Amino acid sequence: MALSGIQIYKLLPQTNCKECGFPTCLAFAMKLAAKQAELSACPYVSEASKKQLAESSQPPIRLISVKAGGYEVKAGNETVMFRHEKTFFNRPGLFIKVRASEGEEVIKTKVSTADAFKVNYVGIDLTVDGFAVEVDGGDASTGSAQAFAAAVKAVRSATKRPLILVGKDPAALSAGLGALSGENALLYAADSANWEAMTDLAKQYNASLAVSADSLDALAELTEKVKGKGLEDIVLDLKAAKLGPHLALSTQLRRLALKSNFRPLGYPIITFAEGGDGRDSVVAAQAIAKYSGFVVLDRFAPELIYPLLVLRQNIYTDPQKPIQVQPAIYEINSPKPESPVLVTTNFSITYFSVANEVEGSGLPAWLVVCDAEGMSVLTAWAAGKFDAERIAKTIKGFNVADKVSKKRVVIPGHVAVLSGELEAELPDWEIRVGPREAVDLPAFMKQALN
Amino acid sequence: MPIEIPKDKWPGKIRTVTLGALAADGGTRAKTVTVGGEGTLPFMHFETPTPNRPVIAIEIKDHKPDDWSPLLAEVWGEAMNDPAAWAKAAEAAGADLIVLALSVNGLDGKPTTPEAAVAAVKAVLGATSLPLIVFGPGQAELDNELLVPISEATKGERLALGICEDKNYRTIVATAMANGHLVTARTPMDVNLSKQLNILISDMGMPGDRIIMDPTTGALGYGIEYGYSVMERLRMAALQGDAMTQSPMIVTPGFEAWKTKEAKVGQGVPESWGDWKERAINWETLTTIALLESGAAIVVLRHPESVKRAKMAIEELMTV
Repeated sequence: MALSGIQIYKLLPQTNCKECGFPTCLAFAMKLAAKQAELSACPYVSEASKKQLAESSQPPIRLISVKAGGYEVKAGNETVMFRHEKTFFNRPGLFIKVRASEGEEVIKTKVSTADAFKVNYVGIDLTVDGFAVEVDGGDASTGSAQAFAAAVKAVRSATKRPLILVGKDPAALSAGLGALSGENALLYAADSANWEAMTDLAKQYNASLAVSADSLDALAELTEKVKGKGLEDIVLDLKAAKLGPHLALSTQLRRLALKSNFRPLGYPIITFAEGGDGRDSVVAAQAIAKYSGFVVLDRFAPELIYPLLVLRQNIYTDPQKPIQVQPAIYEINSPKPESPVLVTTNFSITYFSVANEVEGSGLPAWLVVCDAEGMSVLTAWAAGKFDAERIAKTIKGFNVADKVSKKRVVIPGHVAVLSGELEAELPDWEIRVGPREAVDLPAFMKQALN
Repeated sequence: MPIEIPKDKWPGKIRTVTLGALAADGGTRAKTVTVGGEGTLPFMHFETPTPNRPVIAIEIKDHKPDDWSPLLAEVWGEAMNDPAAWAKAAEAAGADLIVLALSVNGLDGKPTTPEAAVAAVKAVLGATSLPLIVFGPGQAELDNELLVPISEATKGERLALGICEDKNYRTIVATAMANGHLVTARTPMDVNLSKQLNILISDMGMPGDRIIMDPTTGALGYGIEYGYSVMERLRMAALQGDAMTQSPMIVTPGFEAWKTKEAKVGQGVPESWGDWKERAINWETLTTIALLESGAAIVVLRHPESVKRAKMAIEELMTV
């Protein structure tokens, strides 16, 4: 039975020593209750309390961390089935897979290209999170072990990001792990045949271990065995060939962890997105929306990675805190007094859509961003957060009139209906209705604003 | 020890809605499309079977639009100049049904006339045997002016007529009721607004099995998370037994995705965006997948390649 924050607090030392990283014991207790912290962070808790808290303090989905070179990919610690219930916390890591058989040179080129990839979305630079290296083209021969170690070295020479080592043969994987140092990789995968050797290997190299089985029953049995051998950093692999079963199993796992507090399956999920004709993109999209912690792609292509990274940002946005920009008057392309004044809301996607278009057009403009509580133009308007009064208040508040020689303000086409009221609010300003979509702004500015 | 899988038990279910009417039922369609009927969250077949799969509509216009991406112009080619040819091409591309979205203006730059709109609808009905959804241009007065004669001229076809919005639904609902059609009801990404409009339309006497909800969505990167969560919440409200949220949902990922810069244009964009065409298709497809996962019954798309991928995904999602 899970304990409340107050119940947990009573079992803590109550010294507020802060060594757990939280300002007070109560704050720490609250985090434990929300299953977002681990009791081991408290060095002073008594053995008796520890025992009592052990059950309730563990997050229902264990936090797994794959680390290298200052990068960390975290998965697990989720607390809800649906993002609107609270939020999803740890964005699934996107990994790009290469095969040992591709040869060191090809691997290096591929990995360094993907490693250098960076794409900007609403002011945030997004990248891939790591790489997977697969043992292929051989059985347990020394040859494949050596080839694999060489492949891992080639990958490591081209990126500092975390790695997943993929294979069935512990000897080959061992050679691969031996080529790395000072990092926490993820091993994929233990099954009913190789689990003992794989568990030993993961323990020896401080790696996490993915386990794979044909049914949830068999999977739970296997994780218990691995745990019995002293390894708790486990990731689950669902052997589902189709999207439907994969969705069902992923949902069942999340429910078992969150609703039934079923420990043997309280671990993050790894999904391999495979298949031609765009199937890989669809599998990855489902994995991002529905509960995977690690997503491995078979190929690197910017036109695929970019939308997947954006989807991940969107799904993992905290619904209670829309991403916002600071309400202000933004200067784009060094505006002069005669440059136009454009108005929009402080929802970051809205702001960046508008700002990027204007910036791209090369035309100077004053972009006035109103505080619409982080909502887009239409939503804010419907909610009464982007009306004539607010726009007028913002224009006056930022003293826009002092900066411009031409008192003319352009409002988004979606709120054309506000123009009359705005004229009343800003009697000495000319109110112009701009296009509905940001993408049409440059043309509008060229044609209509001269 | 076998694991006990936690299963949700819901008191409510999504209403079943059939679009299109066969000759025997007063229409001219060779097949009808039935959506809804689910008693679980999307694709949870292990709880109760999913009676109807989500379907894909392809959006066509009454004449070639001048603001669509060149990629769409390229793929539909000549067919875009003729709604009948375009509908045929859409059927060949794998559409389960057609959405005919009427333009504000005709090619002559003047507002679309009722005669032209009726002719376009009839041409499409003649060219394809699939069920049809007709969207007005989205301006209240013009919508009413065009949809009423369309509704009358196609009596008994069980078209879905839209777009009903809170400020303009009475005329469309009345004519749909009188002529045996359905309506689509659009509200801006809000659970309560969806419910409210459904109540208003039901209060006019429109039977529940002739209402389709359009909760509106944003494209990937442009607010999809709002639409996504509103749809998840609507689905849950419906399953919990709230009759006014039990209509199947239609969403327009094609329209949303193809107005984003990522899909629409290939010039002057960052190199890190990659190949234009593939990116555009991914944009439309991934928007669609997210909406299918959150409960869409009808997705309206624009590019045949996205249609192909969404079809493949639906096929797999329906696999038990």
